[in-house]
Amino acid sequence: MATPIERPLYPVKESASQTAGPYVHIGLTPNFCGITGVYDTDLGATMVTDQTKGERITLEGRVFDGGGYLLTDALVEIWQADADGIYHQTAESDFSGWGRAPAHAETGIFRFETVKPGRVAFPDGRMQAPHINVWIAARGINLGLNTRIYFDDEAEANAADPVLGRIEHRDRVTTLIARRDGNSYIHDIHLQGPQETVFFDI
Amino acid sequence: MKSNRPPIANFFPRDRSWHPKAYTPDYKTSILRSPSRALVAFGNSVSETSGPAFGHEIIGPLDNDLILNFAQPGMSAIGERIMVQGRVLDERGQPVPGVLIEFWQANAGGRYRHKKDGYLAPLDPNFGGCGRTLSGDDGAYAFRTVRPGPYPWPNGPNEWRPAHIHFSVFGHGFAQRLITQMYFEGDPLISRCPIVRTINDDRAVGQLTARLDMEASAPMDALTYRFDIVLRGSRSTLFENRMEGN
Ligand SMILES: [Fe+2]
Repeated sequence: MATPIERPLYPVKESASQTAGPYVHIGLTPNFCGITGVYDTDLGATMVTDQTKGERITLEGRVFDGGGYLLTDALVEIWQADADGIYHQTAESDFSGWGRAPAHAETGIFRFETVKPGRVAFPDGRMQAPHINVWIAARGINLGLNTRIYFDDEAEANAADPVLGRIEHRDRVTTLIARRDGNSYIHDIHLQGPQETVFFDI
Repeated sequence: MKSNRPPIANFFPRDRSWHPKAYTPDYKTSILRSPSRALVAFGNSVSETSGPAFGHEIIGPLDNDLILNFAQPGMSAIGERIMVQGRVLDERGQPVPGVLIEFWQANAGGRYRHKKDGYLAPLDPNFGGCGRTLSGDDGAYAFRTVRPGPYPWPNGPNEWRPAHIHFSVFGHGFAQRLITQMYFEGDPLISRCPIVRTINDDRAVGQLTARLDMEASAPMDALTYRFDIVLRGSRSTLFENRMEGN
């Protein structure tokens, strides 16, 4: 009978993280930096096709440091469920669920064209509010930062969300909620300071 | 969940004393880019245990050959020709098959092909500096490149990065996502580097230091460096293995 067991006494350690450095864009979005001819397109630049079901949205924002300065060298990746609340863990799909965007060299804006995700269950059976999982790498970030983006027009679902419910200082919940503006959601991320975004240990 | 992979249980918690801390003032850029509030912890849901999958159709024939993938026809990148070989494993020592590994680096003179890199060393017209591959069924991966040069950077008055290759690795779950750097054994700049020294444990630095592998080297062609990458493991990895033969 198969039984999950506890972690062994002498596990292999995870490789330690090191910063992505100032030139992460040449590695992960080379076409964006003018390195053309190596890859046809930058991976993660397109998330939807004509066949993708669901409400099309634009998600955009900026990343700021603790001095209020804009990061123009950040890399943002997102991972999300489709409109029905299903994660597509396969390369063959009308919706990848995964996107990668470089911060713009002048404006610092990252942008994703995607669909609004549906709700997915938490392990205890409660439903999570619609959300997008976010991972941020940049110079000065020693270990990639995990956060989430929720939606300001889902107030009822947000109020019952089990992850948002884990945030002890309730005034910080707003740092995870994107603001709707037409078909766009706007969401800035603050690495540090009075508006510091909630980051997760997942 | 639509998936061609088995469901994954919770990942082992990240050992945040093994990884560098966010605030490491000797690496100055981290001072303003480090969260100062406590991270909020919660058990993994499917949002964390699932992750994107990448197929062979995205990988071009030269994607794992930085000597040729930016070079003009008949030309090749300048520098010491090397191969990097290794395996992607999890914390249980099990291979992690079919995951995307991306890498980027400076050229042999220590210069990146990036507008903001103004180092004196020249660009190599035949070197772009990026590549990618997928791990095989046994977790193995390999690529060919030139050994990157060390380069100075404006952290202190005379600070140099050891020769290094940046790695980005996907696991099967988004919570395994990892970026790190590979160093070369014997490089005297490793122990002097403030970025390396954001890591507190010498064993963790040793794990990021590739070893020369003469047996795997190609005579009269290229030396080989061996570099294994370890991603977070999960309980179900073992569960699946135990299920075999049942
Ligand atoms: Fe570098």
